[in-house]
Amino acid sequence: MPDPLLEVKDLKVHFPTEDGLVKAVDGLSFTLKAGETLGVVGESGSGKSVSFLTVMGLIGRKSAIIEGEVLFQGQDLVQMTNEELREIRGAKIAMIFQDPMTSLHPFYKVGDQIAEMILAHEDIPKKEAGQRAVEMLRRVNIPQPDERAEQYPHEFSGGMRQRAMIAMALSLNPDLLIADEPTTALDVTVQAQILGLIDRLQSEFNTAVALITHDLGVVAEYCDQIQVMYAGRIVEEGTADDIYYRPMMPYTWGLLRSIPRLGHELDRLTPISGSPPSLIFLPDGCTFSPRCPYVFDECHVVEPDLLPVDGHHAARCHLSLEDRERIVRDEVLATT
Amino acid sequence: MIRYIIRRVLWAILVLLIVVFLTYMIFFLLPSGDPAVRLAGKNQTPQLLAQIRQQFGLDHPWYVQYFLFLRHAFFGDQYGWPGLGLSFTLKIPLKGIIFSRVAVTAQLALGAAIVWLVSGISIGILAALRPHTFADRTAMGLAILAISMPVFFLGPLALYIFWFKLHWLPGTGYYPLARYGLGPWFSHWILPWCVLAVLYAAFYARLTRSNLMETMNEDYIRTARAKGLPEKRVVLKHGLRAGLTPIVTVFGLDLAALLGGAIITESIFNLPGIGQLTVQAVGGQDLNTIAVITLVAAVFVVVANLVVDILYAVLDPRVRYD
Repeated sequence: MPDPLLEVKDLKVHFPTEDGLVKAVDGLSFTLKAGETLGVVGESGSGKSVSFLTVMGLIGRKSAIIEGEVLFQGQDLVQMTNEELREIRGAKIAMIFQDPMTSLHPFYKVGDQIAEMILAHEDIPKKEAGQRAVEMLRRVNIPQPDERAEQYPHEFSGGMRQRAMIAMALSLNPDLLIADEPTTALDVTVQAQILGLIDRLQSEFNTAVALITHDLGVVAEYCDQIQVMYAGRIVEEGTADDIYYRPMMPYTWGLLRSIPRLGHELDRLTPISGSPPSLIFLPDGCTFSPRCPYVFDECHVVEPDLLPVDGHHAARCHLSLEDRERIVRDEVLATT
Repeated sequence: MIRYIIRRVLWAILVLLIVVFLTYMIFFLLPSGDPAVRLAGKNQTPQLLAQIRQQFGLDHPWYVQYFLFLRHAFFGDQYGWPGLGLSFTLKIPLKGIIFSRVAVTAQLALGAAIVWLVSGISIGILAALRPHTFADRTAMGLAILAISMPVFFLGPLALYIFWFKLHWLPGTGYYPLARYGLGPWFSHWILPWCVLAVLYAAFYARLTRSNLMETMNEDYIRTARAKGLPEKRVVLKHGLRAGLTPIVTVFGLDLAALLGGAIITESIFNLPGIGQLTVQAVGGQDLNTIAVITLVAAVFVVVANLVVDILYAVLDPRVRYD
């Protein structure tokens, strides 16, 4: 069994602020194997972006208190120097962000920005880097890539910009691509194209992908493993089938129930009641207890561990397995 | 692009016409002396006054005088082209002295500009890269202090310390390079340059700091770091390039305004520039000179606006195609 590509062990990222210590990530552990796709789902403030920014070294020890280990190909990224991290960023681990308009520099041509990344890691002539940039644009299906490379970001459409970002991220054939809400800022039709593109390129380049999103629908089709995050922790993890057909945690039920479905007669959506917790003053016991419709006394006192339900499927909940299965059968699946 | 420039130039000309028009109007609306009396000098007779009035068109209504001024300016008068007329107080054609005066003011403005750009922007960059540290707070505090010290305070203070007490620098006055050589020319410029630059340096330091800090928070900076670029490149190529662009605009306009005359600095340091000429002209109610100086200053500002707009389009590709 080959070593996992990425192994996160009990990662904690805490930000000291004037109002208190913000526990953005509070004990995150998971593994990702080479070539695998991991879907990371959660609301804003769940810690999904912060955890991967920390993996990249973009949140460093200067801005936050970081504990735990992030083992990438066996090396702990948390302990690395800036210079060591810089060599990994872009070349081994690449990241694309939510808004491609503001993520590309408005003053420089798109082709130059891609070539710049190549030149930062490889000692090749500028011209060759430029040609490789054009080739990458071609691989992401941008028409007339040689002309497009000479244009500026504001001359691209939203979907095309995100393609350009993907081209840039994959230009050095990284082992891991982190996609932080890559389709949130795009039209629904373009979303499908971009996700399909990432999926296709992933197999072509044999890259592992961490797909971060708040949209459960997005992860269903493309992810081998899904983890649901809440208040800086994983509350449920498993395959897409596990999450969609056998969800075992009330927060996941809430997420599934709040997805609007075509053909259902509904006057209004069913949101999860309450609001996400303050990351400074986390509730005692289970962090989801203030909002959980199935809460009982134990939930306010003891925090549930992430316990396996079945194989690799695990969930963090005090309800008994029988109770959960019953609720899933009668209430959750009936309405979704 | 060409159409854009032509349109801007035409608007510029209109602005110049209006500015000079307003100058004439203000001059004639304010209670003032009789220019003819000024020109006539000590030995006045009614006939001399009448002759002067007729010769210089002073017997016409003010709007006709305005029109005559424009006609002379564009088509020349008895002293050559452009026809800037005669200074009533100095009694010599303005064409000769305007250009030499502008040259002095230009030396002042450009020298000070180099000082304030280098010092202000570098301090601003250092402060932006170390926000909220002791160095940053000190620099910004000193900047506020500098902004609060006007030239008419700082100038005499500097002269007192560096000339009078320490004898490190020579006194006031303008020593042209051609006649006096590099030493005296330069040593007499140091104080005026630095004193004038202090206010601007402080302002530019604060402006650079806030622009750069804002730029460093942009998403494309995060992308640049995610690409694995060295931090120096992230700051200089990605951050500064975007952060300094607004400063180019501000600088163009500041420089243009200065070229219209740094009145106080020139008076304190006894520099024969446009500013000093303005003071003399207003004091002597020399309408013609005032009008000419106003026109010259307005030309600088209008040209600077045009240049700065074009320059911004060169620097920021998003602005180009509208």
